[in-house]
Amino acid sequence: MSTSVDRLVEASGSSGPGHFARRAARLLRGTVAIFAFLAAWEILPRLGLVDTTFLPPFSTALSAFVEMARSGELVEHLAASAGRAFSGLILAVAVGVPLGLVIGWYRSVAEILNPLLELFRNTAPLALLPVFVLMLGMGEVSKVAMVFYACLWPILLNTVSGAREVDPLLIRSARSMALSQTRLFTRVVVPASLPSIFTGIRIAGAYSILVLIAAEMVGAKAGLGYLVNYAQFTFEIPKMYAGIVTLSLLGLVLNEVLVLAERRLTAWKGDA
Amino acid sequence: MGAAISVRNVSKSYSLNQGGRFVALGNVSFEVRPGEFLVLVGPSGCGKTTLLDLIDGLSLADGGSILIDCVPVKGPGLDRGIVFQQYALFPWKTAKGNIEFGLEARGVPKAERAARAAHFLDLVDLADFGDRYPHQLSGGMKQRIAIARALSYDPEVLLMDEPFAALDAQTRERLQDETLRIWRQTGKTIVFITHSIDEAVYLGQRVLVMAAGPGRIVADIAIDIDRGADDLRATPEFVALRHRIWQLFHPEATAAARVVRDGVRQSTASEESRAS
Ligand SMILES: Nc1ncnc2c1ncn2[C@@H]1O[C@H](COP(=O)(O)OP(=O)(O)O)[C@@H](O)[C@H]1O
Ligand SMILES: [Mg+2]
Repeated sequence: MSTSVDRLVEASGSSGPGHFARRAARLLRGTVAIFAFLAAWEILPRLGLVDTTFLPPFSTALSAFVEMARSGELVEHLAASAGRAFSGLILAVAVGVPLGLVIGWYRSVAEILNPLLELFRNTAPLALLPVFVLMLGMGEVSKVAMVFYACLWPILLNTVSGAREVDPLLIRSARSMALSQTRLFTRVVVPASLPSIFTGIRIAGAYSILVLIAAEMVGAKAGLGYLVNYAQFTFEIPKMYAGIVTLSLLGLVLNEVLVLAERRLTAWKGDA
Repeated sequence: MGAAISVRNVSKSYSLNQGGRFVALGNVSFEVRPGEFLVLVGPSGCGKTTLLDLIDGLSLADGGSILIDCVPVKGPGLDRGIVFQQYALFPWKTAKGNIEFGLEARGVPKAERAARAAHFLDLVDLADFGDRYPHQLSGGMKQRIAIARALSYDPEVLLMDEPFAALDAQTRERLQDETLRIWRQTGKTIVFITHSIDEAVYLGQRVLVMAAGPGRIVADIAIDIDRGADDLRATPEFVALRHRIWQLFHPEATAAARVVRDGVRQSTASEESRAS
């Protein structure tokens, strides 16, 4: 705690001569494992250590990637998937956060809803995939609904625990200032729950892609899950790998966006 | 000028998980004059926090009444400000934001808040730290912000619950002096709780000594010492008052000392009688 002041000083004085070298070293440390992995992917098939039919070298996948990017095929699938993942995630935030805050803060609501929440939370979303297809068909609605459903639980449960575990001393402090119940909720409970809410949203971000891909593999006419599955089916293996790489990139970008948003909105927590 | 406080026959008990009730305060009464600096001192668990919460209106008494300038306490109000041992600053607000929170509670228009917050930051000597978040402040700084926040909405009574107990000795002494300065400057009525006898004698115009089982007041001691003296804590008056309260804290120790002394006297007497 007491050293945070020194840390601030250090951070503001970080433009010295050693600064560039330190950054370069950090960048190298952060990427060396990835380069090693890609090198292995390139070399092992070329040396004949793995069958190139099933695992073509990285450069082959990369040229398939570039080819598809140029033809617009990749963008089409990427846009379809990203759109579904985002819509589902945003809907889940819009429903899960307010609902979680109310459940967490108002004990009586929690008592009534808890058993139901426990039941749903322990039902794997993928187990319900056929149900969603049955009821909502194979179109966009069922996919977005699937993502929404999978994302709702981590957001809801983390928000509930955030609202339930607000430091009682902060509540006492606010109550002593004669704050009304409503203002206590909006001005204290909501901000105090933010870190937990973000933990939920980050977990949900990872779920959204996982569940979406599964849904797209089961039945779709566009999307990265469809692309990967279809390419495998028609034996266009480099294309399949290009789809998989795009998927990881989408996941990475989504996570990075969520981490940045979290850092910005909970900067007050300090070096978290 | 601060308000007068009357605590009349107040009792409070808590229900226990294993059934039954625990009496935390039994029939406590005392008066605080407007602008007085009153210290309540007592061992841990004797009901000090319970009593302060009742005065603040955070909880309600089972029996008796508490009046602030003759108006019964029915809940928290902006006529009373409270400072807790663990600071209780909102971590998502800057030092200035925390003080503005108090002003907002008071209904001060947004445009005025910044200037008033700056005034209170200055009062606690932290004018340059307004933009820091609580995690970027030391314990002593956090407590000064908490004091500024409690004063910002201009309460007539300032309640302080062991506010310096978690601080190191040097910071504690510095904040004790600042509290006295702020008290003189603002004329608030202060009810200050501590388990430190030294702190009680140093700060209070009057010290109420509490004891546990059930929580009650066992002595009311006026502190008439010359506060101009250097190293006040070393003066004979200070030491004498300190010792007097210490004895009230440790009735068993005083009793034991008497037994030892009397015991020695008795055994000497019996030896004398044998010798004769
Ligand atoms: N909510 C509660 N339920 C049961 N017992 C409590 C509760 N709060 C305090 N007590 C008990 O009441 C007594 C007085 O507590 P407190 O007022 O916090 O003492 P102090 O502040 O003097 O240390 C203690 O014995 C404590 O264990
Ligand atoms: Mg206490």
